[in-house]
Amino acid sequence: MSDTNKPYLRCEGLSRAFVKKLDLAGRIARSLGSNLREERVQAVDSVDLSVMPGEVLGLVGESGCGKSTLGRMLCGILPRSEGKIYYKGQDIDSLSAQEIKNYNINVQMIFQDPFASLNPRKRVRNIIGEAPLFHKLTTSSELDDYLAKVMLRCGLDPSYTHRYPHQFSGGQRQRIGIARAMAVQPECLVCDESVAALDVSIQAQILNLFMELRNELNLTCLFISHDLGVVEHISDRIAVMYLGRVVEVAPVEDIFNSPFHPYTKALLDEVPRLDRRGVDFTPLAGEIPSPLDPPSGCHFHPRCPHVMDICKKEAPVDMEIAPGRRACCHLATMR
Amino acid sequence: MSTPLLEISNLKTHFFTRAGVAKAVNGISLTINKGEVVGIVGESGSGKSVTGFSIMGLVDEPGRVVGGSIKFKGRELLTQSVEEWRNFRGNEVAMIFQDPMMTLNPVLRIDTQMIEAVRTHEKVSKAEARKRAVEALAMVGIPSPEERVKAYPHQFSGGMRQRVAIATGLLNRPDLIIADEPTTALDVTIQSQILSEMQTLCRKTGMSLMWVTHDLTVIAGLANRVAVMYAGKIIEEGAVEDVLDKPLHPYTEGLVGSVPSKNHRGEPLYQIPGMTPSLINLPEGCSFRMRCPKATEKCHCEPPVTETANGRRVCCFHPNL
Repeated sequence: MSDTNKPYLRCEGLSRAFVKKLDLAGRIARSLGSNLREERVQAVDSVDLSVMPGEVLGLVGESGCGKSTLGRMLCGILPRSEGKIYYKGQDIDSLSAQEIKNYNINVQMIFQDPFASLNPRKRVRNIIGEAPLFHKLTTSSELDDYLAKVMLRCGLDPSYTHRYPHQFSGGQRQRIGIARAMAVQPECLVCDESVAALDVSIQAQILNLFMELRNELNLTCLFISHDLGVVEHISDRIAVMYLGRVVEVAPVEDIFNSPFHPYTKALLDEVPRLDRRGVDFTPLAGEIPSPLDPPSGCHFHPRCPHVMDICKKEAPVDMEIAPGRRACCHLATMR
Repeated sequence: MSTPLLEISNLKTHFFTRAGVAKAVNGISLTINKGEVVGIVGESGSGKSVTGFSIMGLVDEPGRVVGGSIKFKGRELLTQSVEEWRNFRGNEVAMIFQDPMMTLNPVLRIDTQMIEAVRTHEKVSKAEARKRAVEALAMVGIPSPEERVKAYPHQFSGGMRQRVAIATGLLNRPDLIIADEPTTALDVTIQSQILSEMQTLCRKTGMSLMWVTHDLTVIAGLANRVAVMYAGKIIEEGAVEDVLDKPLHPYTEGLVGSVPSKNHRGEPLYQIPGMTPSLINLPEGCSFRMRCPKATEKCHCEPPVTETANGRRVCCFHPNL
């Protein structure tokens, strides 16, 4: 294990833009002098974030804020537009081929939809067993024992190895997805909305499994979700994203007891809870703006109750507001 | 006591599939009074949506309502003619679905659809119907409704589409709205906007609401009363405070325990062992007994319904009394 003060994964100025190229007619129109432009979505906009070894970092935000894109880039399955990713303190651009391979094995992803992320034409044995065989973590003669161990660990009956994904329920399929990621003995999991599609009782089973795995194997985890209740339950630290930018990062107690950023406050007020009865719902006005045409300055200013003139002109910078807490808001500079 | 708005007694809706008879709704009784917000909670496959469809007379083949009665303002619905159903649907009771695109026609403008909905039930001029449509859109919080009414459904975002669906439901000022997971696919901020609109509407117009969901936390904030469904039956019913704070049925207790909450951060959540049984092959007696920590020999028989104070009912041999 590396030094505990060094982040396991860190990104600096990480950005990703999706560009829709003009079609032929558009290009002709532009050469004739029309002002058609390529459509550009800045899904992730210069994000600095670090995940410490052994911690669970929760990443929350509304749909379309870029949290999945960020997770995919950190996993290395989506190319970056700009910025750097550091794996155990080393820039991944400078890693050797062997180190890249280690990074790819050690950082695994678990996806949202257990129905779409498993190949329907492969048996469980191949789904879970392919990667460890390829990476020579086991041999084909020992594969059965190896699979049995992994599947038991993830709460699956090892006698099911010859079944297909469609023969399982949603909760079990999610366990197969987890077993597939765990089969290569990773150090870090990126879970993208991994419990969003499940019923409450099944969700509880999967969350418990995550927590057990994490405690036993000292896993590092980036847990992406839109469900604040779930994130609060499982995370050590929380990062809140809004329209491609991280607006606040803080330990879980701080963020729930004294949120700083107006967006975080608004988001927390909206969370329905079991102990909140007969609530007068007072919603945050407006909707998340289109990322095709984000507002100027601070992206949150059209919905912010504390909006000032400066917010419309200048984007706030990320700054430390307390030890271990960062926020990106003009209110922080004014204190 | 005046007659309740909706009175369901011993309703049974079964689906006759090739694999066998799926008892999606298997003898439920429920009353909804005027102005009340009733939450129906259950996991997928517990029959909560089919209950809603049965009230609206929208159960499709191979499903059929095979028994029981549904009375609306004292009038029996199940013996209505096709014509009477048409007049009833959308006029006295409206339903909002999880996916607003189920309600909206993608190739027609919003105004066309809304005007049609008004003029189906009332003889009014087009201009008058359009005015009602604009008012309804304004009521659910759509900005500049006069212009937006001319848009097509795809020009709205998900949250806005759901509002249009709700506005369409409100057009004929129904007495009861059945909302079938209308906020499940939406973000928390949008969900909270929709909940707030619905809450204001109910308070302003005295409309009743039946809110079907799997999310206990939404029910906790919104409803007056809650009914918990499991495998086609209502296993517990009562005021929200009673049911969520002191659940009587072991299943309700498990459900409440499996919701992540502030007080148990980082601790393991309560797990209900096993899975929901297949509706085609329900176990004899109490259908929860395979997963129940309190199950005994007795549970092989049909459990009795115990009624306690405050209109509370529980269907179990071993309630936490």
